[in-house]
Amino acid sequence: MTQNKRDWEVQPPYLYPAYKSTGLRAPTKPLVPLKHTLSELTGPVFGHDVIRPYDNDLTLNARKNGEPLGERIIVAGKVMDEQGRPISNTLVEIWQANAAGRYIHKVDQHNAPLDPNFLGAGRCLTDRDGNYKFYTIKPGAYPWGNHPKAWRPNHIHFSLFGNQIASRLVTQMYFPGDPLFDYDPVFQGVPEKYRHLLISKFNLDITEQDFALGYQFDIVLRGNSETPFESK
Amino acid sequence: MSTHTYLQTPSQTVGPYFAYGLTAEQYLYDYSSISNGNLIVNEQVKGERITISGQVWDGVGKLIPDAMIEIWQANSEGKYLKDRSLFHGFGRLGTGTHPQNTVEFQTIKPGSVNGQAPHINVIVFMRGLLVHAYTRLYFSDEAEANATDPVLKSIDPSRQQTLIANKSRRADGCTAYEFNIYMQGEKETVFFDV
Ligand SMILES: [Fe+2]
Repeated sequence: MTQNKRDWEVQPPYLYPAYKSTGLRAPTKPLVPLKHTLSELTGPVFGHDVIRPYDNDLTLNARKNGEPLGERIIVAGKVMDEQGRPISNTLVEIWQANAAGRYIHKVDQHNAPLDPNFLGAGRCLTDRDGNYKFYTIKPGAYPWGNHPKAWRPNHIHFSLFGNQIASRLVTQMYFPGDPLFDYDPVFQGVPEKYRHLLISKFNLDITEQDFALGYQFDIVLRGNSETPFESK
Repeated sequence: MSTHTYLQTPSQTVGPYFAYGLTAEQYLYDYSSISNGNLIVNEQVKGERITISGQVWDGVGKLIPDAMIEIWQANSEGKYLKDRSLFHGFGRLGTGTHPQNTVEFQTIKPGSVNGQAPHINVIVFMRGLLVHAYTRLYFSDEAEANATDPVLKSIDPSRQQTLIANKSRRADGCTAYEFNIYMQGEKETVFFDV
């Protein structure tokens, strides 16, 4: 079987000078072509044993003494391959800042409040139709040191496996109409024509009456969703 | 040329703040982890016990303290298995908890997969990498198998060495391999267009 390559027309480059930390970290030599073997065409499989109750509900999974602050939202979508076929039972992990734009991570020094009732991490498996759904709080924008007055647009980090390590994807989901898109070199690292692929869409069907606005973010993983596993 | 109809979702950097989401237990956050540095689930699993330790270096020779390394490997018989009851071929660690920014995986030595030399697939993520980087780890004590490995042979001989983990025997008698990842510079690691 074959697997599509990473589409370098759509994917950001390693070196993107406006994003300063790429300078000393981006590989400088051309990637070496590799004909896929079982090593690339297999990947870890996670089951329901790694998901705890409420892991897909970030408004619940870290409560200490009340509800987290901020605007409740729902983020849902479909994970599929390049043919549009759903990728079922695949792990989706997310992490994000709280409503004030602060990460619980120890090295985040941004002077905005932590929320004792919000961790900002969640995970779930897609269902048999490739669908996932998270309940969370809309993340705030936050400043960073890349350039003067650098602020990241609101975003949620996503990590997915698909069925092969070749389909591994780590990305960020953005919200429609963010004025910071024009100033953010991480977002702009993606060629202009394809940046819309990272922006979720407001969705009235996902929205829940008197509860939370819904955003749709569909994710397309590389190639072919079949995995050639060997039996024992 | 390609027949696919949907465009791949573009990659974005893992950023500096992945630890509480992706490697929470290692970094002592109050959240569970899907994986860590120990791939041996049950001591019954067959295979030679080994330790893989690694560091990641930037273009001016500084250790990178906020990278995440994932590994994926076959078992001792060279099989990639879904079943995780004895051995999970996947491991994930961040470089931020060890004083020398070292990651250390406890695993078994993989067998040969379809005639390739024994190897471990390595994926590197970090702030400043908009797309993750794929590399492979081969073993210094497999010189004969390495010499005929199709992937190693496809690499400029002057760079093959960047993929070879060096064997050392530790005080506790455990076999250890050391694997350094250089993002840039003279010793820049070979990364693959996987
Ligand atoms: Fe972020």
